[in-house]
Amino acid sequence: MAVEIIEPGLAASIQDRGRPGYYSVGIPPSGAADLRAAVTANLLVGNPPDAAVIEAPYMGPALMFDAPAVVAVTGATMPTLLNGAPAPQWESFPVAAGDQLTFGFLRAGARIYIAVAGGFDVPVVLGSRSTYALGGFGGFGGRNLRKGDVIPVGRANGGPGRAVPEELRPAYRREIELRVVLGLYDYRLTEAGRNCLLESEWTLTPVADRTGFRYSGPVLEWEERIQPFGAGSDPSNIVDAGYPIGSIQVPGGVEPIILHRDAVSGGGYAMVATVISADLNRVAQCSPGTRTRFVPVTLDEALRARADDQARAARLREALEATR
Amino acid sequence: MRRSGESRYSWGGDEHLVVQFAEAMSLEVNFTAMAVSKILNDDRLPGIVDICPANASLLIRFDPDVAAPAAVEARVRAAEEQVAGAPARSVETRIFEVPVWYDDPFTNETGSRFRDRHQRPEGNDLEFAAVENDMDSVQAFIDAHSGSPWITSMVGFVAGLPFMFQMVPQERQLELPKYLRPRTDTPALTIGHGGCFACIYSVRGAGGYQMFGVTPVPIFDPEQRLADFNDFMVFFRPGDIVKFRSIDNAEYDAIRAEVEAGAYRYRQRPVTFDLDRLLADPDGYNAELLGALYGS
Repeated sequence: MAVEIIEPGLAASIQDRGRPGYYSVGIPPSGAADLRAAVTANLLVGNPPDAAVIEAPYMGPALMFDAPAVVAVTGATMPTLLNGAPAPQWESFPVAAGDQLTFGFLRAGARIYIAVAGGFDVPVVLGSRSTYALGGFGGFGGRNLRKGDVIPVGRANGGPGRAVPEELRPAYRREIELRVVLGLYDYRLTEAGRNCLLESEWTLTPVADRTGFRYSGPVLEWEERIQPFGAGSDPSNIVDAGYPIGSIQVPGGVEPIILHRDAVSGGGYAMVATVISADLNRVAQCSPGTRTRFVPVTLDEALRARADDQARAARLREALEATR
Repeated sequence: MRRSGESRYSWGGDEHLVVQFAEAMSLEVNFTAMAVSKILNDDRLPGIVDICPANASLLIRFDPDVAAPAAVEARVRAAEEQVAGAPARSVETRIFEVPVWYDDPFTNETGSRFRDRHQRPEGNDLEFAAVENDMDSVQAFIDAHSGSPWITSMVGFVAGLPFMFQMVPQERQLELPKYLRPRTDTPALTIGHGGCFACIYSVRGAGGYQMFGVTPVPIFDPEQRLADFNDFMVFFRPGDIVKFRSIDNAEYDAIRAEVEAGAYRYRQRPVTFDLDRLLADPDGYNAELLGALYGS
């Protein structure tokens, strides 16, 4: 079977759990920006967790099915409509041949995930079906989805009727705290600059995509120095270095950028902190205007947060298996 | 985190370790980054996902569910100590040629569209480069750029993009600031320059480096059409030595046609790169490397 893109939405793309292992040549891990929501959508339709789904930021696409299928929509809160009638989120439901899935306006969060039983069957490139649009490969034709695309779906064995219990569904807010580990080149900031980073409220700008999330707020102050050879003249410049996924860079001391799963792998701007792995999915569900604070944690705290997050994922998986 | 010798170790969240070997760029420090990476690659600790050598630093991405951060750090420190104790001063690599149409219409047209973001509104980026580096003509700058070879000190930013550092003494390094504000467009295969680094833009997109010309030769080929991409879609590897060669419009078109026909092969030769010999006699050693490339 296949799914036709009637309307593409905004920068919708095929993603799975990503393509680790090629960062040293500038190929980012990619994969669903909110991995948890993507995996949940797959589990709802009986797919393995790494099946390919559609990720759609801010605006839903319109899809048409050419055969009966089972579908689930997770992630951002967005009215989901099957042939114009309300359909559930966080719950798998059947569709018939010729049915159309459309969406209303975004209410909370930023990205929806659409899984179809069987998974979107696009070619595996370097071990993943994820789209890396900047590099022009992976996903469907190496690009975001367009009107008229017909995406094949693999063989399915899942059924409808699985639902995520209410208490295990995420709540998206317009005010968020992100936990960060300070370090990297943070010694380049003055003490006032470091305090300013941690004590200010930052507002997500519209420059927020799979590559990075840019925030507006005050100007950070850097230590004065004679720049090292090769670094460039601005005090926020460094000799080009590798950028961790989730790292926060502050070009020119203004508008911090959190790099996300399609990160540029390196460059010449000082990074001053890194969002912990447990909070990257939460970053993905922030829409422009979200008021954000960076809360410093230690590495050990980051690891505990990771373990807690994995425990929540395990509870969700068990709950879904119980509803089979 | 503790500092070991000159190096600075720091965590990038719970999945990354960054080692800054030095703050300034030099061939020696880049050599250290590559040597430590090689040791880590040859005997890979399970759970280390990516080993990314950079110009003067090293980024490790790891899965903390498989490898504890302390174990990753211990492994990297051991590799650094191994390099410090028995410095590998030579490396097996390759040298190849990248033909460049300098002062081409594609980058000039793009540059003219973004003049409001440039330090010098009049002229083009090459003219700016010549002035900034105290050269009396654009041709003199092109001669310096294409005369001595460059070493690939880092691959990244976007897929397959090489950063290159010219194998000449620091006083002969070509240095330029980046654009005041990044462009939103750069032609694919543009030869760029920022700080002391050359780059080749592997794909069309945003960029802040000065633009000098274009190469007709692909460096990133997801479809793997050319024989040089049989093994992998990315051509450049850290440690690759690159010689730019100035070509004209006619040769650019001829090479493009060869690329389109799927017949183009890079001119390349394996070489042993010896850091001490380069530092002792840069021009003599570079001439020897070029001899290996051109078979003289």
